[in-house]
Amino acid sequence: MSIEDIESEVVSEFEMFEDWTDKYNYLIEQGKSVKPLEEKYKQPQYLIKGCQSQVWLHASYENGKIKFRADSDALITKGIIAFLLRVLSGRTPDEIINAKLSFIEKTGLKEHLSPTRANGLNNMIKQIKLYAMALKAKNKN
Amino acid sequence: MSFDIQKLREEFPVLHQQINKKPFVYFDNAATTQKPRVVIERLNDYYSNENCNIHRGDYYLSRKATEAYENSRKTTQLFINAQRPSEIIFTRGATDALNLVASSFSRKFIGKGDEVLISAMEHHSNIVPWQLACQERGAKLKIIPINQSGELIMDKYYDMLNEKTRIVAITHVSNTLGTINPVRQVIKAARQKNIPVLLDGAQAVAHMKVDVSQLDCDFYCFSGHKMYGPMGVGVLYGKEEWLEQMPPYQSGGEMISNVTFAKTTFNDLPFKFEAGTPNVADVLALEQAILFVQSLKYENIEKHENNLLQYITQELQKIDKIRLIGTATEKTSVISFLFEDIHPYDTGVILDKLGIAVRTGHHCTEPLMDFFQIPGTVRAALAVYNNKKEIDLFTEGLKMVRKMLV
Repeated sequence: MSIEDIESEVVSEFEMFEDWTDKYNYLIEQGKSVKPLEEKYKQPQYLIKGCQSQVWLHASYENGKIKFRADSDALITKGIIAFLLRVLSGRTPDEIINAKLSFIEKTGLKEHLSPTRANGLNNMIKQIKLYAMALKAKNKN
Repeated sequence: MSFDIQKLREEFPVLHQQINKKPFVYFDNAATTQKPRVVIERLNDYYSNENCNIHRGDYYLSRKATEAYENSRKTTQLFINAQRPSEIIFTRGATDALNLVASSFSRKFIGKGDEVLISAMEHHSNIVPWQLACQERGAKLKIIPINQSGELIMDKYYDMLNEKTRIVAITHVSNTLGTINPVRQVIKAARQKNIPVLLDGAQAVAHMKVDVSQLDCDFYCFSGHKMYGPMGVGVLYGKEEWLEQMPPYQSGGEMISNVTFAKTTFNDLPFKFEAGTPNVADVLALEQAILFVQSLKYENIEKHENNLLQYITQELQKIDKIRLIGTATEKTSVISFLFEDIHPYDTGVILDKLGIAVRTGHHCTEPLMDFFQIPGTVRAALAVYNNKKEIDLFTEGLKMVRKMLV
């Protein structure tokens, strides 16, 4: 499945819920299902600082694909992480660089990425794209 | 006599709206308060009918605006009972006032090896300017510790006052905890050693009568927007004897007396510290905010807000796993807490969905969060227009938070 396919899958999952509480319950449920990051990765070098909640991001590169793992101290942030990883992890650098991530807007999760939220998610996406760009540049050399 | 809250609420247009299809509950009053009609109308009036640059033009409207501006200074003087209008400096806010004092006072009075005392519960605005000033002057910043309830440890404070202490700068009321500091004792002890005291009153003036003459503090500052006034204006009170000796902070415009390329002489107080075109509209609207608060009477405000504080504290304690942060005996209507098992951010997100505005995070007091070893709190800061019905919606909201997140 392409990134776009998974994005539309996520969007249709969210469309099933009419009520915001159901939507958020789903988000929270997904957050709980994220496998906690081992303590050795919850270190400053993996930390993406947000003013309120923090995100730890770990990347590994295998067979041309980048695998991301992440964790947060806030559950709702973790829920959004779950969807970001579902869409972006295990992809090639090019796929990640070109991903438009329109599902964020379509699912109504965009409000969590507004600069005032200060929850580390914005920087997480930036960091994911940076990894992809760095790996792409490295592969060219 | 108590006042009619319902009628009072009518004065605040912003309160009457729905957020996420729910009645708007505004509990972020320590960040900024909402504005009553008189304040909003004053701004509108000024720009519609009176706008002119002041202290300069020799024409009718400019004279009128100048007079109105200086009248607001007088109202402010009486509001905090300063001795002279020239001791009232209009600033952009409390932060600006704190920067002014830290920068100007330190250049004249702080040198190598000297000490500045602040407390462990300060807002970043009363930490960072002093940190910078101390760095520049080679002085030391000393921190008065607090106890687990969020109160100053006064014995430690007395011990810290010494011949090297140049100024004590502490908050009157903590923005995060609501603690009302025993400022009389703080000032009395400093006075015995001739050490000046600055009080950051940003979180005090909306809730209690402040009398700078009675307090005998050397500096006092507050923001307009945290006491029902407009954003972008604040007040620095300083005793004339200090302000006269302090060098200008910013330069240009009204603050000068004569300028040649060789030398500039500076204007008298208060103009020495008001460089550039002043924020006339907001200063005039601030006057309306002051008159508004005075018309409510502090005894009524305190009584109502105390009732709210007692009620919200009692209701919160009924909810599972709540940890209150800041349990001082003397408090304003600010309550900070967190769930032991839920991140404050998550709590804030769900409350927002319910139309309830609270502040979550470190509230610009990171050292204080480190002291309590928590990532942040949820803060409900109540104002005079809040009521018990809103507190009920809030506690219902918190139960919903638990239901969804645990």
